[in-house]
Amino acid sequence: MQTLIDNIIQMPSIIDVKDLTPKDFKPDMDVRWCAGCGGFSILSQTQRIISDLNIPKENFCFISGIGCSSRFPYYVDTYGMHTMHGRALPIATGVKVARPDLSVWVATGDGDGLSIGGNHFIHACRRNVDLNVMLFNNAIYSLTKGQYSPTSLVGQVTKSSPLGALDDPFNPTSLALGAGATFVARAFDRDTKTMQYMFERAAKHKGFAFVEVYANCVIFNDGAFDEYTKKETRGETTVEIIHGQPLIFGDKKDKGIRMDGYTPTVVSIADGEFSASDLLVHNEKDSTLAFILANMTYSLTLPRPMGIFQSLDKPTYNDKVDIQLDYYAEQPGAFDYDALLRGEDYWEI
Amino acid sequence: MDKQVQFLEQVTIRYAGDSGDGMQLSGTLFSNNSGTAGNDVNSFPDYPSEIRAPEGTLYGVSAYQIQIAAKRVNTFGDKIDVLVAMNASSLKVNIPKLREGAIIIANSDGFDEKNLKLAKYDVNPLDNGELSKYNVVKLNIFDELHGALSDLKMTPKNEYRTKNIFALGMTYWLFDRSLEPSEKWLRTKFKKKADVLEANIRALRAGYEYASKSPDMPIQYKITDAQLKKGTYRNITGNEAAALGLVIASKKANLPLFLGSYPITPATEILHFISGYKKFGVKHLQAEDEIAGISSAIGASYAGYLACTTTSGPGLSLKVEAMGLAIIMELPLVIINVQRGGPSTGLPTKPEQSDLLMAMWGRHGEAPLPIIAATTAANCFDMTIEAARIALKYMTPVILLTDGYIAQGTNPFRVPSLDELPDITPKFATDPETYQPYRRDPDTLARMWAIPGTPGLEHRIGGLEKEDITGLVSQDPLNHQRMVDLRQAKIDGIANDIPDATVEGEQSGDLLILGWGGTYGAIKDGYDKLRSEGKKVSYCHLTHLNPFPKNLGDILNNFERVLIPELNSGHLKIMIQNKYFKSVIGLNKVQGLPLKSDELEEKVNQLLNIKGSN
Repeated sequence: MQTLIDNIIQMPSIIDVKDLTPKDFKPDMDVRWCAGCGGFSILSQTQRIISDLNIPKENFCFISGIGCSSRFPYYVDTYGMHTMHGRALPIATGVKVARPDLSVWVATGDGDGLSIGGNHFIHACRRNVDLNVMLFNNAIYSLTKGQYSPTSLVGQVTKSSPLGALDDPFNPTSLALGAGATFVARAFDRDTKTMQYMFERAAKHKGFAFVEVYANCVIFNDGAFDEYTKKETRGETTVEIIHGQPLIFGDKKDKGIRMDGYTPTVVSIADGEFSASDLLVHNEKDSTLAFILANMTYSLTLPRPMGIFQSLDKPTYNDKVDIQLDYYAEQPGAFDYDALLRGEDYWEI
Repeated sequence: MDKQVQFLEQVTIRYAGDSGDGMQLSGTLFSNNSGTAGNDVNSFPDYPSEIRAPEGTLYGVSAYQIQIAAKRVNTFGDKIDVLVAMNASSLKVNIPKLREGAIIIANSDGFDEKNLKLAKYDVNPLDNGELSKYNVVKLNIFDELHGALSDLKMTPKNEYRTKNIFALGMTYWLFDRSLEPSEKWLRTKFKKKADVLEANIRALRAGYEYASKSPDMPIQYKITDAQLKKGTYRNITGNEAAALGLVIASKKANLPLFLGSYPITPATEILHFISGYKKFGVKHLQAEDEIAGISSAIGASYAGYLACTTTSGPGLSLKVEAMGLAIIMELPLVIINVQRGGPSTGLPTKPEQSDLLMAMWGRHGEAPLPIIAATTAANCFDMTIEAARIALKYMTPVILLTDGYIAQGTNPFRVPSLDELPDITPKFATDPETYQPYRRDPDTLARMWAIPGTPGLEHRIGGLEKEDITGLVSQDPLNHQRMVDLRQAKIDGIANDIPDATVEGEQSGDLLILGWGGTYGAIKDGYDKLRSEGKKVSYCHLTHLNPFPKNLGDILNNFERVLIPELNSGHLKIMIQNKYFKSVIGLNKVQGLPLKSDELEEKVNQLLNIKGSN
């Protein structure tokens, strides 16, 4: 069915996609995040990646809810909407289902995406809408000036938990996997190269792509993730998960993860008992493994996994909508509006 | 035996039975058949909110009521002339609605000891003379069907499943209807089930035959045709009419259609119909909740679709914040709210008009939007197209109010051809030289609509206050004042683009009845009756509630007294008094029931008498 939208889609780009640079996505305005905010790194990596995707500048759409992270669309010079607290995902779903020709991105946070928007999050995951979702996890409500969030830790002292938070946090990657997200990854603000790689993979993934990014809030939760993101400590506290590679970590790359039954355990590969070939080998296509790895997140004895937990090929919701419409457009009676109006039971006077 | 023939002007028939007895189907088929026969028809299904209430109980009664007439009918009838009662409970709950002398077709099989006990009858009302005011036709449909279908070798239980069709056959004889339209329908419906088809056709004919021979049914009634305007007609519910209206509006606007919706009674059928229109390129999302329903529609609207969300009271409450977003982002959006009894879950299957003030003022901040309301089931089609027209032309969300009565009831719809409907002409911005996100058309004050994918018009919008013209985020006090004023002026200006209100009867005088929305039928019936009795009263019915038609103030000033009948505690009354400083009298009914014409007549007569005694 040809509509007015087709005339727009057919318009030639002003800037050739091959000439796009990160600068083309920098609007003429100040970024109003606090100095040192993790958001700056996420913004730069995004601008870098989207200029390399061979997608015209006008074919991006960035959607956000409310919170510090959700100012993001203002800082990317393409189409975008800064909407309601928690509602970025259903709005983005509407955009993508309506316009599968667009590359639709969502910027959200731990409060916006997992608390007020929690219901939308699980349903967007299960529908497998082709969206790229960046969740800035700073484990705090920052824009409202410092209350505990659904990823704050038990005991965390904040303005609304002066004696320590009592509730257990969500693990965003486990939640996304449990809800059926086909692409699930974790990055952190300090490692720009890895983040770029994950954003690129997310953008190229057909389906719901979820990237949790540890983003430091310098004002209300400074250093919350330092243990896992600082060069001095992260060698021992994190393990990089790479498709087809054994899980090796440690400053000296002397440790690995070995499965003991269903339980991942830390073993030394330096003392001769175990070698790299005894270790767990990551497989992005294995969703059972993805659950096991995601569940290592809050373990006190295991390193925290960083990387792509899962990347599954599955038809997207928006493709299925279009396939269904394409099929019915070829059936007898398609676009016969007069027959539709008459219905099956009519009479003449 | 010889039967008499009598001509009638109008008649009201009610099929009543258990939730699983198929009474809705009997009613629908009778209603369509009467349309085919040239009568005007108005019908309403009345069923419990339980899916399958326990069998035989008083609260499990499901009914379908139809008024047919040789003239325009505006309601499904206040008093019943013919009641089909499949069991004791369905008789008991409907007795208060019967006209004296009404015909009761009673299925005695449904009056056994168990059924009588469930209906809380100590003795069988069919036998103790308590129905002497009525003409009772008592028969055992179970036995009759067993006789008519015995050679088909079905179980007695399956034979009995055709009892609704048997009863339909009886009423077809009673009103001299052809069996052919329903037989044709059955043949299509049971194309692949030859045995079921045969049983139903035989049951229909057996019912007809039984009635033609029954000594208890000495008179056959005829209703001449209503001389409706020439054309193609069909019966339609308000919900189906709204769904069709959306598809046609999108076609006439040359935009694809998107519906984001969450199931809720009594609006769900709009979602059902739209989800079945895949041959028309319609996209829909059954969202995870009401908020996601409207949010996805906002996304589709930004992307260039004619976008819509459908709901009822509790869902409207949940969509409030998103409506504010659509207002500040100035995006077109059709919001159809099928009103039901509230507050909270309230009366999910019952009509009310108690969402008007919420539609008008129920949002935080200064958040005006246009509100329109449909008058009848068929009018839901026109008003849906009107909602889309206003939304697209003025870049605004629009609320269309219908209610559970017109949404689920039917009346004949004169089917328009696509060509005779006016085009809607939205435009997308394409010129980077002149485009500014909040630059406005000087006539409509609508901002420009630039959709993603347009080279050079990249821009961001959102819920933060916007700077005039540029659309950049702005906290400037005077800019905020200006934007508030502009948004209000844009909505107010729509008054120049909607039809004037019209007055039936004298254009000035003592008493004006002012109605709105789905009470049209009852008010019109009452008004016509009052006029036929020579009463001096005039009538104006509103479909545009925000803004009001430009001439409404003048109309109100032409009358000494204004009576506003509405199914709420006085919402339109508050709006009229607020805007025109005109004192008005309310006729307020909040019982989860439609307005009845005699309630209006009584009130008007009372008002005229007060005046007379002065």
